[in-house]
Amino acid sequence: MNWLSVLDRKLLRELFHLRGQVLAIALVVAGGIAVCVMSLVNYASLSETRSHYYRQHGFADVFIDLTRAPRHLHEQIRRLDGVAKAEVRVQSSLRLQLDGFADPVSGRVLSLPDMGEPGLHRLFLRAGRLPDARRSDEVVVIGSFAEAHNLKPGDSLGAIINGRWQTLRIVGVAESPEFIYVIPPGSMLPDYHRYAILWMSERALAAATDMQGAFNNVLLSLQPGASEAALIDQLDDLFRRYGSTGAYGRDDHASDRFLSEELAQLRTMALLFPTIFMSVAVFLINVVVGRLVSTQRDVIAVLKAYGYSNLQVSVHFGKLVSLIMLLGIALGNVGGLALANALTGVYVEYFRFPTLLFSVPLSQVVLVALIGLLAGLGGAYGALRRAFRLSPAAAMGPEPPPLYRRARLERLFALIRFSQPGRMILRSIERRPLRSLMSVLGVAMATAIIVLGTFQFAAINLIVHSQFARVQQEDMTVALVNPGTVSSAYELARIDGVRAVEASLAVAVRLRSGHRSWRVGLIGMQPDAQLSLRVDTSLQRIALPEKGLLLTEFLLEELQVSPGDTLTVEWLDGSGEQSEVTVAGGSREFVGVGAWMSLPELQRLRGRGAEINQLQLAIDPEARSTVLEALQDRPQVAGVSERQAMLTAFNETIGRSFLTYTFFVALLGGVIAFGVIYNTVRISLAERGRELASLRVLGYRPSEVDHILLGELALLLLPGIPLGWLIGQQLAWLLVHLMESELYRIPLIFPAQTLGLAATVVILSAILSGMVAVRRVAKLDLIEVLKTRE
Amino acid sequence: MTEIVFQAHGLTKVYGEGDLAVHALRGVDMELYAGEMVVLLGASGSGKSTLLNILGGLDNATSGTVRYGDIELSQASERQLTRYRRHHVGFVFQFYNLIASLTALENVAIATEISVNPMDPEEALGLVDLASRGHHFPAELSGGEQQRVAIARAIAKQPAVLLCDEPTGALDSKTGVRVLQALARVNQELGTATVIITHNAGIAAMADRVITLSDGRISEVRKNESRADPAGLSW
Repeated sequence: MNWLSVLDRKLLRELFHLRGQVLAIALVVAGGIAVCVMSLVNYASLSETRSHYYRQHGFADVFIDLTRAPRHLHEQIRRLDGVAKAEVRVQSSLRLQLDGFADPVSGRVLSLPDMGEPGLHRLFLRAGRLPDARRSDEVVVIGSFAEAHNLKPGDSLGAIINGRWQTLRIVGVAESPEFIYVIPPGSMLPDYHRYAILWMSERALAAATDMQGAFNNVLLSLQPGASEAALIDQLDDLFRRYGSTGAYGRDDHASDRFLSEELAQLRTMALLFPTIFMSVAVFLINVVVGRLVSTQRDVIAVLKAYGYSNLQVSVHFGKLVSLIMLLGIALGNVGGLALANALTGVYVEYFRFPTLLFSVPLSQVVLVALIGLLAGLGGAYGALRRAFRLSPAAAMGPEPPPLYRRARLERLFALIRFSQPGRMILRSIERRPLRSLMSVLGVAMATAIIVLGTFQFAAINLIVHSQFARVQQEDMTVALVNPGTVSSAYELARIDGVRAVEASLAVAVRLRSGHRSWRVGLIGMQPDAQLSLRVDTSLQRIALPEKGLLLTEFLLEELQVSPGDTLTVEWLDGSGEQSEVTVAGGSREFVGVGAWMSLPELQRLRGRGAEINQLQLAIDPEARSTVLEALQDRPQVAGVSERQAMLTAFNETIGRSFLTYTFFVALLGGVIAFGVIYNTVRISLAERGRELASLRVLGYRPSEVDHILLGELALLLLPGIPLGWLIGQQLAWLLVHLMESELYRIPLIFPAQTLGLAATVVILSAILSGMVAVRRVAKLDLIEVLKTRE
Repeated sequence: MTEIVFQAHGLTKVYGEGDLAVHALRGVDMELYAGEMVVLLGASGSGKSTLLNILGGLDNATSGTVRYGDIELSQASERQLTRYRRHHVGFVFQFYNLIASLTALENVAIATEISVNPMDPEEALGLVDLASRGHHFPAELSGGEQQRVAIARAIAKQPAVLLCDEPTGALDSKTGVRVLQALARVNQELGTATVIITHNAGIAAMADRVITLSDGRISEVRKNESRADPAGLSW
């Protein structure tokens, strides 16, 4: 150690001596840094992975679905202004049957060129190979479905394509950039067990769907700098008479859109959580480090007496603080990377990326570390400045007893006869109101962070409860292949086990108000519907207006309309027709975005008679499999979705990733809470050691002495916890506001459990810290403390 | 002066082990009688503070016995020692060790609140001539006044023994005399057996007995014919 200067040796020894406090401060820093690193890495990894995937596998910029267009148009599309690449495909919906899996499985099958790879949406093969165009039964299945059912190349599937039964042979398992988030049409949630994507050679699929020499799906990529809107206009003109439902860009592409939503939320969290955590950590570091330096008052004086300059002393303490901060930063980085890695594992399960790039945004991570370091040095600076103001002699001499006054609180509660220890607590809190306030704020911020991290658990519960217990009371939704009439409902009602049937009509529309538009499924519901209700946030039923549209409030805001305004409804059925409809009201729901109107009114607007294409079923739970079997046998049934399956999907995907994230946040909040409280106790113990020893000499029992130390802690917790609840609720409001998306809106609810949990974590931290203090009091060296001056 | 308060026999105290061992006490035998005033003289490192700490139940002897009444202090548990300090012994230290957040009166009350037969805190302050300063905080008192509050706090529980470790060590001669006067008055009026540690031979004149320690052993025990009034002392 000789290469170290004496001061540096002193520094290392003191760090070791103060290891408890050093670790506690480092934990506060680490908690703040870890949340930042976790969020930043997560966001960077997902967005980097997505853009890499899109680049490597040619994700298109513009998409268009048609009824049927002749193949020779392909050349014409290629020559449109701004087009870099164009692919035409055949696609179809299908139903699948798997041995040993009774649930209905629906899906989509897409064509692959007979020769070579497509120019856009090239597959990433996880296993096997692409289909051979000479074999009509070869398919590639998407990884999500293959994993859910443990399918491998060589396995067979039964499929109904275009009403015809076919046995398909799996030759490959693949992923595609257009199905990173694999969701059934019209749904918000992935369901890997019941929704499949298949690829076949174009020749085979065209034969199966009678699309020889034609296509019904177009993918285009833009030349650099080309206008998407201009291309969409050209495409709409070109394909209007081929049953186009309107060209759309990535913004309206389901997978990309949800992924973007998720990324936008992550970015919000990556900004918001670290901001909150770092400001709390910065504040606490400042307080804690300041106090740590204050306790070194006499050391500073001795150094100065020996001729060390203020600068040298500052550098010395700067090193001390920097080492603590660096320890925290190192811990925080390791923890943050580990948590990010764990979280990435969760994302990879439901975002179908071929591989996940783990990307560390170095400059941002370094910036976060620098902020942490500066916060610590700032705290030290304040304390050093106070220490420098004293002359060395004054600082070395015994510190004059600090001047106390009678506490105002005592006068306020003049009727209470305070014990002397009680007075000591009150007066010490009142004598340094700023510091007491800081301690209360420290406790409050620790509480707030935990509230912020945990309130979402209750919120997600409420979402699940409202969506799957109140809104969707139907057990199954049956989609029909072709629009039928209400007679289909009567027909299904006759199936054994079906208790009730309601009919509805779902049509794809684009709602337009000025330059704002939104693609959505507009659903016409029976005015007296009992199975599928609209409810408000307090779970009260909203009556369906007789005329006009009911929109989710989120959609009202996105379209900038309010009840009474008129919207243009473009029917995306290839007709190119549109209608003007009044907005009747908004419904505040937690999940998804939707538009509803009364069924007769929708039928009237469409002018196609009393058609329906969806049926909601309530069934006898025990008859589930018989009902499903009966539905499978009916050719007019395009697909069946079950509420239970959606609930499971919600819990497994959004619920899981979101709650994992917030669990980590809450965990780090707990770490910070402990760090703050432990430091408060340790510093208070250091400052009061002499007084406490005096009391022990006077014959006070250790438990009576603890009372003073712990009493003060309790007094700081008392206002700190409720204040923390309030701050936490405000922060949650901010978070919820910034994170609103079409996927889901988080309700702001703070049940007793949430607040109780935050309080429990803080109180547990206090008890743990208190136990340390109690042990220290018991070990207090009375002689040593009393014989030496302060 | 026949009732024995303390009886110590063969007291040794060793700090550390092996080559590093420091023998603070090397076999001390002594008695302290009720109402007696003893001055313990000795150079720094002679073992006088160690002896006082053992008598006061703040430290344990390595070997030997100390008996206070029927309590064997060398065998006592931490809990028994706390009770002993609480009810039977008062301390005065060189650095007053008052509680800064409590007034003079409250500093006394903090001791009386936990004892069985205390005197009124105001009365205790009166004994050290500080009745009028009861509502001042330590920061508003001079060093000598603070030390007298410490004496009042130590004797307010009416202990049998008052142990003072360099009570005038941090004070100038004039202020120190007032503190000694307070100690002498308490000793006379309450009959509290008092041990005063000092390295200041001038103070020895106010004692009944003067015990001199050197190198961990009692080197001399001297009885004063008469006790000098502290007012006449100087150093």
